[in-house]
Amino acid sequence: MGVVIVGAGQAGMQLAVSLREGGFEGDVTIVGQESYLPYQRPPLSKAFLSGDSDFESLEFRTPEFYVGKEITVITGEQVVDAAFDGDSGTATTDAGRVLTFDRLALAPGSTPRKLPLPGAELDGVLYLRDLEDALELKARWADAANVVVIGGGFIGLEVAAAARKAGKTVTVLEALDRLIARAVSPITSEFYRQAHERRGTSVRLGVKLERFVGGDDQVGPRVTGVELAPDADGNVEIIPADIVMVGIGVIARGDLAAKLGLETVNGAIVVNEFAETSDPRVVAAGDAVLLPHPLGGEAQVRLESVQNAVDQAKVAAATLLGKREAYHAVPWFWSDQADLKLQIAGLSTGFDSTVVRGSQDDEHFSVLYYRDGRLIAIDAVNDPSDYMAVRRALGAGANIPAELASDSAVALKTLITAGS
Amino acid sequence: MPEVTYISPDGTITTLEARDGDSVMETAVKNGVEGIVAECGGACACATCHVYVDEAYFGVVGEPGDLEDDMLDGAASERLPNSRLSCQIKMRAEFNGLLVRIAPEQV
Ligand SMILES: Cc1cc2nc3c(=O)[nH]c(=O)nc-3n(C[C@H](O)[C@H](O)[C@H](O)COP(=O)(O)OP(=O)(O)OC[C@H]3O[C@@H](n4cnc5c(N)ncnc54)[C@H](O)[C@@H]3O)c2cc1C
Ligand code: FES
Repeated sequence: MGVVIVGAGQAGMQLAVSLREGGFEGDVTIVGQESYLPYQRPPLSKAFLSGDSDFESLEFRTPEFYVGKEITVITGEQVVDAAFDGDSGTATTDAGRVLTFDRLALAPGSTPRKLPLPGAELDGVLYLRDLEDALELKARWADAANVVVIGGGFIGLEVAAAARKAGKTVTVLEALDRLIARAVSPITSEFYRQAHERRGTSVRLGVKLERFVGGDDQVGPRVTGVELAPDADGNVEIIPADIVMVGIGVIARGDLAAKLGLETVNGAIVVNEFAETSDPRVVAAGDAVLLPHPLGGEAQVRLESVQNAVDQAKVAAATLLGKREAYHAVPWFWSDQADLKLQIAGLSTGFDSTVVRGSQDDEHFSVLYYRDGRLIAIDAVNDPSDYMAVRRALGAGANIPAELASDSAVALKTLITAGS
Repeated sequence: MPEVTYISPDGTITTLEARDGDSVMETAVKNGVEGIVAECGGACACATCHVYVDEAYFGVVGEPGDLEDDMLDGAASERLPNSRLSCQIKMRAEFNGLLVRIAPEQV
């Protein structure tokens, strides 16, 4: 029995490791299109930009580790086709290599959504998904005085914070009326707007863009600014930029899944709670997957996080090992922006009330989200105690009553009440 | 390169040479030492890299920082006076010979 894993990222690596930990004795092959062994992405918008880490510190495992575990990692090749023929199948890479498998695992991740404005091809308009992107950003970092970030999501704001820390003039342009709108409530959004402004970043909300402006230099056409759509009086504003970092979300890489005839929605590979795709011979995990809400209910969600990639890969590995372990992990996430550590547990979508604890002025607070009186999620800023308490409560199916939680002086972990 | 020794919950003892500046967590995970989960990859955001630092080294290695301190309160295994998150201990020459016991429960 052999398993081929498409994608050598967070989920692909974990799947392979979990297969071996679970006693799988067949062949395990990971194919990754990047030319590196699997590495962590979170530092790319954080420590790596500030120069605090090198490639070796990004690598998940040493090369010897994979050898020791008999996990074959093929790098620098993209799987361009895969098909079943009876009980087994073959995957073909762009280098013409043909791999046979009994079971297939898809962990292709996602790709940045492109901003189709005039001037998009100018040099210096950058995206950030992989190490190559990060190296390119880093190569231009020192000489860039003006950095414009398009998109006020996690990655954009992390890059903005790093640029500000490096003393650059930084402008964040967001189309919506608040930051990180997809993941947090208006309370947390507004806190981050103010926190970035306090640190000297200009945050512009509700912005409409016209085009990237460029000029020629020795190397060719290069971005020099971002032009906003004319205001009501017809005035045009151009924000100077040596680098424009676009972070407006990602698209799931479901193309290979679609080729295999698997069900996808907007590119995302649909799976059940056992990480099985619409063809149970194929499992899938990570950013590219649309899964049933892990904490129950009808909703399907796509989660872009380390936690999801890891926990789902474990479920997928269990499925391949013939164990049925439904995915019920509490979603969690973190984001480091300047000296602000944001930690999120649960999914706040659909909340009907909130409790705010601590002090936003002191940059140490948390927002608890409730639906029908039940705790469903937390955003904690520089407050790991509240975060950990909520994570544990959600994991145990327990509640923390809102009326008790509103007293910031009482530690949340003392308020957890038994599950339903 | 400074050496660090891990005692896994099942009693396995592993000694590794650490790259200067690599954390005690990274050194273990990259080389496949079992018991340190390190879900967040060293961001001090998960508390699944909990270790107990041997008494002889606790003074050298020092106390946890504020965030780490709070995270440790939520760790899955009992917190002891010598508890640390191993991703927050960066190896240096002075730590040569460091001995840590990996906490039995991480998640
Ligand atoms: C800059 C940045 C910062 C982040 N910060 C955080 C954070 O602070 N906290 C957090 O929880 N999450 C963070 N994330 C998200 C997290 O890194 C992702 O959720 C996680 O990497 C998803 O894992 P994955 O395996 O699904 O995809 P990936 O890690 O992207 O791996 C997929 C791999 O598959 C390869 N691939 C795709 N198709 C093929 C094919 N056909 N053949 C061969 N190879 C293929 C891709 O090239 C890629 O290398 C961040 C992401 C980025 C980019
Ligand atoms: S690895 Fe997550 S806190 Fe240490």
